[in-house]
Amino acid sequence: MSVQGSVQGVVGRIRGLKFNRAPGDDWRELVTPEGVDLRLKVGSFVERCVALLLDFLILLGGLIAFSLAALLAAWATKATWVGEALTVVWLLGVFVIRNFYFLIFEIQPQAATPGKRAMGLRVVAADGGRLTADAVFARNAMREVEVFLPLGFLFAQGQGVDGALTALGAIWSGVFVIFPLFNRDRRRLGDLAAGTMVVKTPKKLLRPDLADTERAAAQGTAFTHAQLDAYGVKELHVLEEVLRAGDRKAIAEVARRIRTKIAWDGPTDVPDRTFLNAYYAGLRGRLESRMLFGRRRKDKFDVD
Amino acid sequence: MAELHLKSWRFRAEREADWRRLETLLAKADKGGAAKLGRDEILEIPLLYRQALSSLSVARSISLDQSLVGYLESLCARAYFFVYGARTRLPERLARFFRHDWPAAVQALWRETLASLAMSVVATVVAYVLVRRDGDWFYSFIDPGTASGRDPMTSTQALRHTLYDKPQTAAQGLSELASFLFAHNAQIAIFAFALGFALCLPTAALMVLNGAMLGAFLALFASRGLGFEAGGWLMIHGTTELFAIVLSGAAGFSIGWAVAFPGERSRVDAASEAGRRAATAMAGVVVMLFVAGVLEGFGRQLIQRDLARYGVALAMLTGWLTYFYWPRKAAP
Repeated sequence: MSVQGSVQGVVGRIRGLKFNRAPGDDWRELVTPEGVDLRLKVGSFVERCVALLLDFLILLGGLIAFSLAALLAAWATKATWVGEALTVVWLLGVFVIRNFYFLIFEIQPQAATPGKRAMGLRVVAADGGRLTADAVFARNAMREVEVFLPLGFLFAQGQGVDGALTALGAIWSGVFVIFPLFNRDRRRLGDLAAGTMVVKTPKKLLRPDLADTERAAAQGTAFTHAQLDAYGVKELHVLEEVLRAGDRKAIAEVARRIRTKIAWDGPTDVPDRTFLNAYYAGLRGRLESRMLFGRRRKDKFDVD
Repeated sequence: MAELHLKSWRFRAEREADWRRLETLLAKADKGGAAKLGRDEILEIPLLYRQALSSLSVARSISLDQSLVGYLESLCARAYFFVYGARTRLPERLARFFRHDWPAAVQALWRETLASLAMSVVATVVAYVLVRRDGDWFYSFIDPGTASGRDPMTSTQALRHTLYDKPQTAAQGLSELASFLFAHNAQIAIFAFALGFALCLPTAALMVLNGAMLGAFLALFASRGLGFEAGGWLMIHGTTELFAIVLSGAAGFSIGWAVAFPGERSRVDAASEAGRRAATAMAGVVVMLFVAGVLEGFGRQLIQRDLARYGVALAMLTGWLTYFYWPRKAAP
């Protein structure tokens, strides 16, 4: 996989074109300390914006509840010193919430704020090592410039020169907001400073193996080598997707095409699904055994 | 019959139970944190994780079953997050931070600290000289909101008033102010750090601005013969607060410098290394600002004599310097 990728990259550079990756390919390699590459999906810009928005809504809700509670307490006691003490608590509380909300959630084992968790995102160390508390602190201190500074400019009022300065400041700080769009790992400045990145939390189920050769053989659907050599790995994967999706029309169409292609002369009363399952198992067996001998057949055009 | 099966099919059948076991343990850990797991289960996870990783490597080379490889990738990633996730026992982490990490981070920033200090001092002196020459300069350095009635138009009597008098509502009013200033200064300090990324320039501007404000205030009070008193009023918390701001500037510079001159590393690597070290120093800066806020809100109201104020200022400065720069053994 990675060899293929780097070859493509070289070809891309030779042609003077920048296509180290296919469009829409947002998988990144993350090599664990054991040396295995876990391919991870990078969290997209939109997903991260939504996550941030959710977090802000939570913060805002918390702030309103907190303020109401403080007001209520001040009103109930009617003592001025209580009111003043509460103002102190309120100011400190706002500061703590603003600066530590993200930090506290991201040093948990889940490494994600509630907003991120809702979007299925989490923070990881970009070098594959352990995510440290220092890194989490650094990425969140940077949030000050990236989020709160543009917000500050947005709400700042100014006339004449002040207005122009505010506008310039807004443009300048706006660069930070769209910064993640300009690197392939969608890292914002804080991620760069802390050496972290935000990825999708993978969660896939183990689905039944489609290749049950024993049953296929029992049903009398056996294929010759010539018939199995009609396709390569790419077609096998498409076939797997079709079978797993289970769309009847697609299955019928694919079965018809394969029967024509391999000139199927076995029993014609086998249902399409059973036929495809059997062909899948046969093809996979053929490709895998050839792979063991060092021949990986990319697709049907890859003939030796 | 087994010979009829594919190699990849048998491979999966042999190992599936272990994968399932790892999945169950991870689900349990996700729900209630590591505390929910028993001792044996905790020890089991790294083993199962390595097994799954090796399964993944094998599956990639022998199996063409996409869903199997996808599943193993996601299983390994989840286990990896658990095994290599952030491990933070808060008390231990805090102790380590105060005993070693913070002073070490500050020590590592000594060059930047000197640069940032020099900038602030030069700005202070320049602003002081300018305002002493011509009082109108005051308005260029300080906006009316910050001055809150302390400008060249104010009478000497009123200025003296601001140095010693308690406000009408006594200590509460001031503690309010202290917490406001704490939050405000902490925000400025974090800015100075975060803006360092833009090749140091905005941080330098902030340092100069802060120094200039200080100089202008001092010049105003000095012009009324209140220089010594204003010094005490300012320095009782100022040695801590200004030190903190100088350090945050230094943290910002170190990142900007790493971005501009990464040396042999890549720009991103250099920035992230500097960023992590600087962030440690910054966490400490917030603590310093908290101390400064307490001194400003309470200490200044309780201590009304100039010499006592200077004494506290000096003690704090000596304390910080000793704490940061006293030579100590490297942490294990």
